[in-house]
Amino acid sequence: MALRIIGCGNFDRGDDAAGLLVVRRLRALCVETLGLEIPGLEIMEQSGETFSLMDCWTGSEHVILVDAAAPSGTPGQVQVWNATSDGLPEDIFPCSTHAFGVREAVELARAMNHLPQTLLIYGIEGKQFFLGAPPSPEVERAAVLVAERIMMRVSDSLVQTPQRPPRDIFG
Amino acid sequence: MSKQPTRTIKVDTLTRVEGEGALYVKLKGDQVQDVKLKIYEPPRFFEAFLRGRHFSEVPDIVARICGICPIAYQMSAVHAIERALGVGIEPSVRLLRRLFYCGEWIESHALHVYMLHAPDFLGYPDAIAMARDHQAIVQQGLRLKKAGNRIVALMGGREIHPISTAVGGFYKAPSKSALKDLVEELKWALDASLATARWVSGLDFPDFEQDYEFVSLRHPGEYPFNEGRIVSNRGLDTDASEYEENFTEQHVQHSNALHSVLRGRDSYMVGPMARFNLNFDKLPDVAQQAARDCGLQVPCRNPFRSIVVRAIELVFACHEALRVIREYEPPPAPRAPALAQASTGQAATEAPRGLLYHRYVLDQSGLIVSAKIVPPTSQNQKRIEEDLWHFVSQVATRPAEEITWKCEQAVRNYDPCISCATHFLRLHLERD
Repeated sequence: MALRIIGCGNFDRGDDAAGLLVVRRLRALCVETLGLEIPGLEIMEQSGETFSLMDCWTGSEHVILVDAAAPSGTPGQVQVWNATSDGLPEDIFPCSTHAFGVREAVELARAMNHLPQTLLIYGIEGKQFFLGAPPSPEVERAAVLVAERIMMRVSDSLVQTPQRPPRDIFG
Repeated sequence: MSKQPTRTIKVDTLTRVEGEGALYVKLKGDQVQDVKLKIYEPPRFFEAFLRGRHFSEVPDIVARICGICPIAYQMSAVHAIERALGVGIEPSVRLLRRLFYCGEWIESHALHVYMLHAPDFLGYPDAIAMARDHQAIVQQGLRLKKAGNRIVALMGGREIHPISTAVGGFYKAPSKSALKDLVEELKWALDASLATARWVSGLDFPDFEQDYEFVSLRHPGEYPFNEGRIVSNRGLDTDASEYEENFTEQHVQHSNALHSVLRGRDSYMVGPMARFNLNFDKLPDVAQQAARDCGLQVPCRNPFRSIVVRAIELVFACHEALRVIREYEPPPAPRAPALAQASTGQAATEAPRGLLYHRYVLDQSGLIVSAKIVPPTSQNQKRIEEDLWHFVSQVATRPAEEITWKCEQAVRNYDPCISCATHFLRLHLERD
């Protein structure tokens, strides 16, 4: 089973870097834990721009996407959506370039039957998004946890051992 | 005394425009009392950031002004600095810059025609809702945009905020074979652009015309991108070095963007309709014929038909990109040397949304002493308000929701690029 993991964001806009922090941590974990690249796993960084994002998951059956989510008073809180079955809330991913972002990519792809077979979205709630700001400690901590959680899913779904058959990534 | 009710229509956040703006319309009965296009996005101070930086850094800094039209900012910047430093560019570099601009026009116009403006005409709140009913059309728009993205990525090193532009040329010139890889998709894009023009020409357009002063570049031999004199349909004919003698910017309390006006005259329009009306004879035959087939007349004075004009410019840009690729021979060197000297240079180029003026003053070390940038949206802002003054009176008796929809559509005629994203709309209607 091929799995593509996409981290969205911008390192120059504070907590908007959340998705990028996760995929960079994830790359390190893959090497630390397994000592090699995992066949069938692709880890990518993306700005979050709708049309590039749609291209990014084209050809992938299974996708996990990580992005910063809008502040609502609990920075670092992690929410997960199964975007294959459920629509995304309107104001969760408002940080995007030129009116189109992650939600628009998902909903436009859904309208056009271009969603991957499975699409899991992790949103990490941000606190500060101004130019030049560093990621907040809350988001940095959450990024480490999300990377570890995704690593467990990756291990379960892609790394087979005699004792453990591969699991569905939503399992 | 009239006892007609007063209605105030406020759109707190304009959607499907690039950036953060709002709209305020006050009506008394059927009469418009006030119109304000409020740009409340904070000032971004790019002109100040540039001070003290070396001229070679300017293309990369100004590319960050806009995610949709970074090439326009780069092109106006390098042409202004090259004029300041007396740098001449290779003919093949000139061709490459036209190709680069084609890519930006294709991606920007495809985005606006299909994703931002078409939903207005077809009665959808956004492109997502439109895609549910018009999947093939949206698919065509996305593929067209991608064809533009491919040119930009090849020429610029990446799709957004390209990094290849240099004063004197490019850091790296593409090979002939790399450009030829684009040909098949661009042939498809040319056909798709013609189909786009046919499709949008069949939309319903409000019966609304204004007596505009159109302003654009005009070049003796070609439809304008990077070079030409600044002309208008009312006799303006000037060089970019005289821009500030002819145009001035005014601060208005309700907007963070300055309003441009022609000195001694008033508002004016820049953008696709201005270019089309002032340069129709420079379009290739295929684009001229497409315009005739679409029923476009010169001059076109109905701003709602700008969606058709953009489609004609898509035809032009695809055709021009194919021409450039056919004629291209790699330059002996990708860029000409540029030596620092105390100097001043101005240039205007044609961004997708219209004339984009830059002026730089350099010191003897090549550091920027001062910079001035006048984007197309700033130039169109006063004209947008004037359109609304006249247009709202035509729809003033309609329900508030419809007035709001029509007003937003009228603003989107100009594809205003205020910058970055907006996502929702709130309407407040007050009646006496």
